[in-house]
Amino acid sequence: MIGAWLDIGPVDQITPGSARTLKVQGGEEIAVFRTEGNQFHALVNACPHKRGPLSQGIVHGGVVTCPLHNWNISLTSGEALGDDKGCVPVIPLRVDAGRIYLLRSALVAHSATDLRAA
Amino acid sequence: MNAPLTFDETARKTPPAERLVVIGNGMAGCRAVEEILERDPARYAITIFGAEPRVNYNRIMLSPVLAGEKAFDDIVINDLAWYDDNGITLVSGDPIAQIDRATQTVIARSGRVEPYDTLLIATGSDPVVIPVPGSKLPGVVTFRDLDDVDRMLLAAQKGGSAVVIGGGLLGLEAAHGLSLRGMTVTVLHLMPTLMERQLDEAAGFLLKAELESRGQTILTGADTAEIVEKDGHVAGVRLKDGRVIDADIVVMAVGIRPATQLAKAAGIDVERGILVDDHMVTSDPTVLAVGECVQHRGACYGLVAPLWDMCRALADHATGSPSGYTGSVTATKLKVSGIDLFSAGDFSGGEGAEDIVMRDAARGLYKRVVVKADKLVGAVLYGDTADGNWYFDLLKKGEDVSSIREGLIFGQAFALGGGALADPNAAVAALSDDAEICGCNGVSKGKVVATIAGGACSLDAVRSQCKASASCGSCTGLVESLLALMLGDDVAQTARTMCKCTSFTHDDVRRLIVEKSLRAIPQVMQELHWSTPEGCASCRPALNYYLLCAWPGEYEDDQKSRFVNERMHANIQKDGTYSVVPRMWGGLTNPRELRAIADVVEKFNAPMVKVTGGQRLDIFGIKKEDLPAVWADLNAAGMVSGHAYGKSLRTVKTCVGSEWCRFGTQDSTGLGVKIEHMTWGSWMPHKFKIAVSGCPRNCAEATIKDFGVICVDSGYELMVGGNGGIKLRGTDLLCKVETEAQVMQVCAAFIQLYREQAHYLERTAPWIERVGLDAVKAGLFDDPQAVTELAARFRFSQSFCQDDPWAKRAAGDRADLHQHIGEFRPHGTEMPTTLETAS
Ligand code: SRM
Ligand SMILES: Cc1cc2nc3c(=O)[nH]c(=O)nc-3n(C[C@H](O)[C@H](O)[C@H](O)COP(=O)(O)OP(=O)(O)OC[C@H]3O[C@@H](n4cnc5c(N)ncnc54)[C@H](O)[C@@H]3O)c2cc1C
Ligand code: SF4
Ligand code: FES
Repeated sequence: MIGAWLDIGPVDQITPGSARTLKVQGGEEIAVFRTEGNQFHALVNACPHKRGPLSQGIVHGGVVTCPLHNWNISLTSGEALGDDKGCVPVIPLRVDAGRIYLLRSALVAHSATDLRAA
Repeated sequence: MNAPLTFDETARKTPPAERLVVIGNGMAGCRAVEEILERDPARYAITIFGAEPRVNYNRIMLSPVLAGEKAFDDIVINDLAWYDDNGITLVSGDPIAQIDRATQTVIARSGRVEPYDTLLIATGSDPVVIPVPGSKLPGVVTFRDLDDVDRMLLAAQKGGSAVVIGGGLLGLEAAHGLSLRGMTVTVLHLMPTLMERQLDEAAGFLLKAELESRGQTILTGADTAEIVEKDGHVAGVRLKDGRVIDADIVVMAVGIRPATQLAKAAGIDVERGILVDDHMVTSDPTVLAVGECVQHRGACYGLVAPLWDMCRALADHATGSPSGYTGSVTATKLKVSGIDLFSAGDFSGGEGAEDIVMRDAARGLYKRVVVKADKLVGAVLYGDTADGNWYFDLLKKGEDVSSIREGLIFGQAFALGGGALADPNAAVAALSDDAEICGCNGVSKGKVVATIAGGACSLDAVRSQCKASASCGSCTGLVESLLALMLGDDVAQTARTMCKCTSFTHDDVRRLIVEKSLRAIPQVMQELHWSTPEGCASCRPALNYYLLCAWPGEYEDDQKSRFVNERMHANIQKDGTYSVVPRMWGGLTNPRELRAIADVVEKFNAPMVKVTGGQRLDIFGIKKEDLPAVWADLNAAGMVSGHAYGKSLRTVKTCVGSEWCRFGTQDSTGLGVKIEHMTWGSWMPHKFKIAVSGCPRNCAEATIKDFGVICVDSGYELMVGGNGGIKLRGTDLLCKVETEAQVMQVCAAFIQLYREQAHYLERTAPWIERVGLDAVKAGLFDDPQAVTELAARFRFSQSFCQDDPWAKRAAGDRADLHQHIGEFRPHGTEMPTTLETAS
């Protein structure tokens, strides 16, 4: 049985204030964030500016600062903050009993688009 | 159906009561019964089964019992008389073993069978025991009921030491109790912050500091590997990093799990908890459930307040006037005497959320409220929780707080104290002239006003002229209000503050870190009244550096406060791959190193390798997951990190020098290598480059380096403050010396002066432009001891820095920074969707 949610492992595989990545075959890599306040978020791992890997940025509050040119991206909406304009797709995520789940259909959606583009 | 055999008058007047059987004589079970009795005392014939051999008591008060502040009798909620008076049959010490829904009976462990019309499951939760080796040893206890407390008290009588695993609410209350009972207590917590689900980093830090000052040892990031045994009893805990902590008793307080086994075995729908609807009815309409064992609208609770709400809805339903429960917002308080701590709601920040933070270091106070779309959504209070209930009330009611926004953080009395007071400026205006503004320096409002009237038009001017807010800074806000009141828009924007999180400048922060002996980022933020809970991407790296510089060997580097390159020990490239630059001392290399580099390029398919402007080789296009393997190969050939990514020493460029060159006056190559060996690995405010040229022809371009050496016949000219980059700056001559040893000494001293005085992200060129060459010379040469002392401090700091960061990573350190969580294969061939996880 395949559930709607993909179990990607325990919460403590990500240290607070950082992110790790999930590769998606034929699709966009996903960055999974854990804030200092223990909120979890997942975004496509590509900055709306020039596709910088957001997983490598500094996380502060609900925001990640892109490692390439310091855009600030909201972890909840994927929107660039301040004067910058752009948005990166957010992958629905939930945490249940200490494990992290991503919405399968959202992962597939981003891989499907990419496959077509390729 | 058989007709009743007798049909007398009494039976007609009071129809036989429905049989309600309750499993669980705990807080929710008994409260539900109380609520039902209040509504309709005659409706049910009630039987309560309890696993514990005692009457119903207030479980949350077990902490004060452990701490010796209360006795068991004080915490009984319902004594035996209550059961009698209400005609309730209590079967205690005899847990239910099975529910038989077909016959509507429950069967107790003793074999007793009890039929029901309505069944209420209120079995609470079970403590989680982490399944490490030794977890079943005698001496390993949990903290859930009175028996657990008795076990702890017995152990405490003998004194000795206790380890509490889990730094959440329960663990800390257990630790507090045991320490009051005379044990030496160590708390092991997996996460970096205590009570991380209820507290933010700032409050967690204050809590930790307070508990430590009371003699507890708190180890965060502590992952238990095993419970150590001796003579068949627990003897200690071994952590995954190898440390062993002795213990005569180990308390596991790592969490709770809803007790769902009975329900599950009976075929009732269960996920994490027993599934119930808004009337606390399970998937079987004759079975109700309430308390910690249930899951309602996806949520399981671990606090009592939600239970009260659930019990009301349950009783309304059970007595025929259903109302419905819609879920609860919870608030937490810690029951450790002398520690005031409160948290409620969501303080994770995020989109549209605005933090209002107030810190008062002198009073050990931290308050933070989070406002989103004009509503209060979260609050964390440490040190003064008087307003906790007020905030919680605003939060639960979802009231619009925009009209009291300005005064919100000051609490109810202030915010609601009327129109004028709700504006902080107005509040300051209302102060009398002799009201004290700055406690540290005893400056009254009148004096500050006079200073501003006398021409001080900036915060700095006020600070230097009358000392108000020049010490701890907690009155900065008041002084700023006075400036705003008196000068309006004419307040001069003074020396730039570090960032928007603080009103202090870089210099203030550096000075105060040393003066007040601040040792950790959250401590700096608390003592210096940071206006944000966690700082931002500008101040965190700066603070990390300042602390590292101030407390060499002691301060533990905060990796998450470092920019990606320093965290990954490689330079990130535009496509997200990394470049790797191994150190080539003074630009020298040999066949072994070149061969290793060539091999790495081939083995990892690096698309490019290039000679850098810093006289070494740069390997491009390495994936983050391959970095440790690349480093392992380079390490094997004797090469270490070149720190091409760091705010640190980059390269020491050299030229050929006297050994080969026909113009060379000194051994510039050899000296460069020596200098690089002395300086590599150091962290600095910004990158730092050195070069040594063998003669004034200057082939190593020493005159645009942070520290340059020009060799001449009579010795060495030492040059500082050069910079290529956008704004070209040639070096200034610092001094001339005669021996290599003197070069090394002045170089070390100059670097240390720069490390101790420059602002973070300020290279030597802008630093010298700002403070002036004379000030640098004075710092080095006015006091004849200065060079020696500075150089000694540099060397001391270097003794902790010169270990190759690559070697640690190659050996497996922080693998999480390099490995992917896994790969999701939606288009896999065999299984349609698979997840491969890295181990
Ligand atoms: C690799 C290299 C170019 C090359 O292939 O030669 C290089 C590459 C970069 N330089 Fe450089 N600089 C390199 C030598 C230089 C030099 C020459 C030198 O050191 O003699 C200069 C001028 C001298 C100086 O620093 O004053 C130089 C002045 C800069 C600057 C301007 C610095 C300034 O103070 O204004 C920057 C921008 C910055 O740091 O903010 C910069 C930044 C960068 C960055 C880090 C850009 C970035 O932020 O990503 C480039 C990183 C590429 C990478 O991933 O490796 N690079 N850069 C050189 C590495 C030297 C090494 O072995 O470590
Ligand atoms: C030390 C401590 C301190 C706490 N402090 C606080 C606090 O400060 N604030 C707060 O809000 N909450 C606190 N809590 C949590 C609070 O006590 C619980 O939320 C509350 O007790 C849950 O009530 P319950 O009825 O669901 O479970 P319980 O109170 O645990 O009641 C369940 C009862 O069911 C019995 N039982 C289980 N299985 C069976 C069976 N098969 N047959 C018969 N009986 C069975 C159990 O023995 C238990 O007596 C604390 C808890 C502890 C342990
Ligand atoms: S000169 Fe510019 S493009 Fe070239 S390496 Fe330096 S920063 Fe990059
Ligand atoms: S790619 Fe993210 S800021 Fe440029």
